[in-house]
Order: sequence, then C-alpha cells, then structure tokens
Amino acid sequence: MSTPTYHRFENIIVGSGGAGLMAALHSGKEVGTAVVSKLYPTRSHTGAANGGIAAALSNLEEDSWENHAYDTIKGGDFVVDQTAAEILCREAVDCIYDLEHMGLPFDRTADGRISQRRFGGHSRPSKADPAKREPVMRACHAADRTGHMILQTLYQQCIKSGVQFFDEYHMLDLIMVDGECRGIIAIEIATGRLHVFHAKSVLLATGGFGRMFKVTSNAYALTGDGPAIAYKHGIPMEDLEFYQFHPTGIYRLGILLTEGCRGDGGIMFNGKGERFMETYAPNMKELASRDVCSRSIYQEVRAGRGVNGKDFVYLDIRPSTINKYRSSPRHSEGHEVDDHYIESRLSESLELSRTYLGIDPLKEAMPIQPTAHYGMGGTPTDIYTRVVRNAAGDVVPGLYAAGESACVSVHGGNRLGTNSLLDLVVFGRRAGQEMAKYAKSTQFKEIPKDADAAARKQISDALAKPRTEPWVRIRDEMQRVMMDDCGVYRTAEGLANARKTIASLKERFAATGIQDKGTIFNTGLLEYLELGNLLEMAQAMVACCENRKESRGAHSREDFPDRNDEQYFNHSFVSKNGENDTKIEQKPVDVIMIEKDGQKVPKYPLEVRKY
Amino acid sequence: MSATNKPAGDNDAFRTLTLQIKRYDPEKDREPHWKEYKVTAHPMDRVLDVVMKVKWEQDDTLGLRKSCAHGICGSDAMRINGQNNLACKMLVQNLRGDKVTVEPILGLPVIKDLIVDMKPFFDHYKAVMPFLINDDPAPTTERLQTPEQRARFDDTTKCILCACCTTACPPFWGNRQYVGPAAIVNAHRFIFDSRDQGAAQRLEILNDADGIWRCRTVFNCSQACPRGIKVTQAISEVKRALITGVVDVPQEAEALA
Repeated sequence: MSTPTYHRFENIIVGSGGAGLMAALHSGKEVGTAVVSKLYPTRSHTGAANGGIAAALSNLEEDSWENHAYDTIKGGDFVVDQTAAEILCREAVDCIYDLEHMGLPFDRTADGRISQRRFGGHSRPSKADPAKREPVMRACHAADRTGHMILQTLYQQCIKSGVQFFDEYHMLDLIMVDGECRGIIAIEIATGRLHVFHAKSVLLATGGFGRMFKVTSNAYALTGDGPAIAYKHGIPMEDLEFYQFHPTGIYRLGILLTEGCRGDGGIMFNGKGERFMETYAPNMKELASRDVCSRSIYQEVRAGRGVNGKDFVYLDIRPSTINKYRSSPRHSEGHEVDDHYIESRLSESLELSRTYLGIDPLKEAMPIQPTAHYGMGGTPTDIYTRVVRNAAGDVVPGLYAAGESACVSVHGGNRLGTNSLLDLVVFGRRAGQEMAKYAKSTQFKEIPKDADAAARKQISDALAKPRTEPWVRIRDEMQRVMMDDCGVYRTAEGLANARKTIASLKERFAATGIQDKGTIFNTGLLEYLELGNLLEMAQAMVACCENRKESRGAHSREDFPDRNDEQYFNHSFVSKNGENDTKIEQKPVDVIMIEKDGQKVPKYPLEVRKY
Repeated sequence: MSATNKPAGDNDAFRTLTLQIKRYDPEKDREPHWKEYKVTAHPMDRVLDVVMKVKWEQDDTLGLRKSCAHGICGSDAMRINGQNNLACKMLVQNLRGDKVTVEPILGLPVIKDLIVDMKPFFDHYKAVMPFLINDDPAPTTERLQTPEQRARFDDTTKCILCACCTTACPPFWGNRQYVGPAAIVNAHRFIFDSRDQGAAQRLEILNDADGIWRCRTVFNCSQACPRGIKVTQAISEVKRALITGVVDVPQEAEALA
C-alpha cells in the first residue's frame, strides 16, 4: 500500500444524511469543512423517511413546544434527558423555517403556510377536558417524501455554499491522541488508497445499525460504523437496549409500510382471520404505539396464529374492511372510504406493496411482520453534541456526534414518529455551530506520523487472511440470533445465547478473510469491514439488554415485564472490557426541577405510559 | 377477511435463473466481457437480491453499488434486459423468461463491473444551479406559497439522481457534454418554484449549445424513470419557457401577503 494522502480541514463531518449535511452547512459558513461519506450524499437513508417532521408551528391547530416536549418525554417512557428534549422541541420551530428558507418544498395550507398533520403520540391538552390529551397537527410534511426533500434540500444548499465532499470514502479509524480526536483515516473506495484527514474536530453522523437484524427497514449501508469505531477506542455506548421495531414491515423484506395505514383505519388480522389487537389493546387497537403492536404480532406468531403457521400476519387496508371496522378513534371522520380516498392518502405504501408484494392493497391484504427500525441509543453526547467518555459526562475534546448514531437522549426508551428527522436537523445544526466555535478557539494539534498504522493493518490483514469460511455466513448467523434473541422480546436465556453466539462469531470473523483481493471498488472488503462494526455493536447491545432487568419503552423483558423506576430510571453506558467482554455504568436521567408551592418538584413527573 | 387470500410473500415456487453479467476488472481485464451465473431465485426476490446472491455465494469480486434496496436512494441503477431500472425495483416474477442480462448503465465510464463513474453526471447536475435562489431577506416565519404554486413543480421534486434517465438518452450517448435529462429535471424543479429568482440564469445555461436543445424528444427518459417522473414533459416545459420567455407559475403570492 502506498503512502496515504494527507488532508487538513478545520472540521470533518463523517456521514452525509440529515445530521451530517446540516452540520456541514453550519460549520462550513465559518471554517474549512469537509464531508466524508461512504455513499454519494443523496443516497443516505434520511431520504427514506416519509411521514413528516414535528414542530409546534400552530399553523392549523394551537400548539406549543411545551406540549411537544411532554409528548417526547412520555413517548420515551421517561428515560429522556429533559433539557435535551426541550431544546429539540423549542429549536424545532426555527429549524423548520430555516429549512423552508433553504427551499424545502413543504406542502401548504390554503393560506400558503406549511401544512401539518397528526401523528402517533403527538398531542395537546384537550379543550373539553384539560386533564386529558387530544391529537394535534404537528407533523410538517412534503407529500409522503419528507425525508427525501430534506436530504435533497440540504445537499443543494451544500452545493450552493461550496462545501467540500469526499464521496465514497469509507472511515476506517479515528485519530485519537491523549484522549482527544484529531482526525480520521478513510479509504477511497474507487482506488483503495488511504487518506489521512487531519482536523480540529470530527462529527460522527453515520446513521443507524439496523443491519445487525435479519428483518430491517434499514439500508445496507446502516452498519454503525461511527459508533463502532468510537466504541473500539474505549468510548462508551448509551442505551443500546432501546431499539424500535416497527410493526408493519413488508414480509421478508422489512420495507416499511407507514403508520398512516393504520391511522387511516387499516386492520391487522392473524392467520385465523381474527382482529388480534382487540385482545392486546382493547381501546386503541391498531393505533396503540409501535412497540405494543410489534409485541402483539410476535405473540400471535408464537402462539401459532401467524398466517399458515408462518411468521407474518395481515395488514388490511381494503376499503370494505376499513368501512366494516369503522369504530377506530383516529378514523376517517365518519364517512365511508373508497379506493380513491385510500389511493390519495397512502400512495407510497400502495406503490411499495404493488412493487414488492405484487399485491394491490385495494383488493388484498398485505403480509407484514415487525421490522427492526431505529436505535434510540448510540454514541453519548451532551446537549452541545460533544461526545462524552463516561457517565460523569467528561467530554472527549474534538469529537462530536449527531443523528441516529448519537444518543443525546431525546428519544429515551422509544422514539415518536417524526421526531427522528427533527433530531437530525436540530442537533445537526448545533453540531455545526459548536464545531465552528471550537475550531476557532483552538489550534491544529500534531498527529503521529503513523496515524494510519491501525487502519493499514486492518486492510492488509483482511486481504492477507485465508478465507476459512464465507463471511456472509457469519453475518447471517448474527442477524438470525439478534432477531430471535435480542428482538421484540428478550429473556435472560435468549440474551445469554445471543452473547455466546456473538462472541464466537467474532472469533470466526477474526479468523477469516475475503475472496476479492483487488484495490479498485473492493465492495467485498467494505462489507466485511461493516460486518466487523456490526458485531461490535451487537455485542454492546446484548450487554445493555442483559443489564436492564425491566421492561420499558421498546425494551421488553419477558422475565421482567414491568417498569422498575427504583432501579432502572437511568441510562446505561456500556464500554469495552477486553476483546470479548463489556462493562456497564449507570447515568442518572436529566430531570428538570421547578418551584411549585414553595417546593422543588419535577417538571415532568413520572407516570404510567398509557395511550 | 377472506381465508382464501393467497399470501404472496409466501410463494415457495423457486426457479433457476441464468444471469449474464457484464464483468470488467480494470486490474485484470483488457475489456468488459459477459459471464454466466446460475442462481435459484424466489419470484418475490428483487433483481438486486439475485445479483447479491451471485456476489455472496459465488463470486465476492463482483462490484456494484447498493443501499436502501427499495427504490429511494438511487444507488443501483443498471441496464437489466436492455432497459434501465433500479435493480431493487424489479422483481424476478416480472422478468420475461429465465435469462437475465445485467450490465452497467450506458454513457458513463465503467470503473468496475456494474459501477460507473458518476462524476460527469453530478457535474451536469451542479451546472444548472440546483438550489433555491432568493436574495430577499427571509421573513421570520415561512415564505408563503399557495398549494397550486407548490403543485406546479411537485413532479420534478421526486428525482433521486439515479441517472436512469440520462443514461437511457441517445443524444447523451452521442455527446457526453449534453447536460442530460436529470439536470434539466432539477433545473425545472427550481425554475417553476414561485419562491425562486434564478430562472433567467438557469434558462441561459440550458440555452447553451450542449444544453436543452440536444433533446430530441425520444421519451426514453420518461420510460426509464423509476420514480415515474414525466421527464419529457418537464423538458418540454423548460423549452417552452425559453421560446416564449414566459415562466408559467401560478401567480397568487400577492393574494396571500
């Protein structure tokens, strides 16, 4: 391998989804900034989000950021850091206007303002009875392509302001010196050449890690590269046990059918033709939260009531079915629905079903199963997006994280729909601003001459090692055990099996190499490296799941079915302890206290999470 | 709920496909050549799944791009049975016969196997100033736009920059300096946005010798678009704006202010 190419930028952004591009724009206004991404920016998975982005604009119904903050905290089953949640919801409003000024084509109200719609878990105090909550129109949308529009708009603005991109460069390592981050090492995929990016600060915005599961809505690229590399450098991961499974993934493929299908009256049936949600959530039925619906499908399948005894059930949005079961609370306001109504409301889902199932949902029910969707946990940061290296909150100078790969903990145990896109733009913007400020206040510090030594060894080892078995087999086994034993339901026994399996898979992974020894576009090598990252993340996740002996949000322990605030009202920080072991610390949840009747009381008191 | 519903995802009728893949390894081959693979495929498999099966089970050296695998990221544009499409948007059950040819999209330099150099494509895209231009001070809330004004450019906001259209375009095959349909689609998206003030500049760029007049209205672009954008229509609208000097955008902004 030849000498690496050297670059120097004040700030390096790794990842080009919503968080990365937003940070690049804001950092790029002030200091030299470059984006390093393994994909062309417009290929990032932010583009796959459809529902909307939440902000209390009050364009159609009276709302406030405080309402939004309450929903976010409750939706997260209270393990949400409250200062961060308030920032998310307060800065949301300004961020949406920011995006609109950049050209984002939001849908419009009749009077020309940004249009908003309802979404699961977003509410305000009821006008009739302020003790109760009612749904509120808070999700700003651009057709059913909101994420696509955000990604395109941010990329367009980056072109306009001349942000420098290194497209199809894959990060291999962080340059860490004396506990500080001073850059990254990346491989240029088109040539196999190594590049040293010397920087004052680095943002990890690499997205999720859903590819560790067998059935997922996540893109192939979502392999947790940023967090895994940080984790290997001794930086802890926060709250990995909270992983959201979306109930309505297309059978086998995991592609998402939007929550709107059920919002508009869609019904789920088991293999016996029974509307099983009546048993699990007698009031809300199909409109119960994502975690509840996913658990119910799992129970049905396990009881042998999947369709033909297999692991799927039906989602039925045929007008005849919707009209027959018209009692749902969030239902199409009284009138009968017809083909045209469904077609106009759910065009994206209809298209997905027609393409991937060969099923016209207006005529037949769609086979669905829960799909691994979103990690609430990730690289821990403070509210300035600075990565912290322990539960005490000590900062890693020069290292930042934002978006799904990060955990500032605004989603806690379970994320509300439309809060993910919001997280990207709010904390992406903060990251860019903070990094610019940091870069201006500090000098470039030296990096070692052999900064790329570890990365170089990683590549040469992978190419030199004999292929003792196809790495694909290791990946498939990881995806199966994570789905079966670390999925919707968890038990001590299953998790122990997952822990042992992952440990042995890591050994097998370390022993085997790859078939393709080429340097130009060696995608086999990339997938192999990504698998290494996923195995690290899987091991850390299983440890967090074993540690949390309660059920909260998306984390459901069959052996500990209740929430246990006494012991577990806290965050988990998992770190590496040798090659195949982990250790866990607890971090208290950030709780805002207010004065009430001369006493200090929590602003958001704990309550049982019911909808 | 009818019990006779056939669970389409549960069809176990596997079949054997013969894949002809155009291979090229710049480190080994002097020129591209076809190579044949046999793969067992499920009718509901995507062509992408089948190609990945070749890579994962038979030949790790096969090069291709992929990411979302459901038609929104635009990574896996390929020429499948002679037609451009995203490999993830085409199902095995919709293939005619059991033979499939897969080759890289045409008109861009091949780097390896199914991977082409996207730089010329993105350079054309960047050349049309694909970003909102509006030098007025921004209001404290949103700029106003009526639903009709918003609808005017809705179709061209769907573009995912996959290059299926541009690399299906015969004038582009003949002249790679031609900006191509994708760049014009993205110019259209801003020219017809009531908030934008850069239409004149963009139209001037497209009026160039290698601009929009290279379009011969072949309609290949519209047929190739995996997002269903009416590409040829968008191009015609831009041509009309150039000829008439009128950018036809619904004028209702004053009524809102």
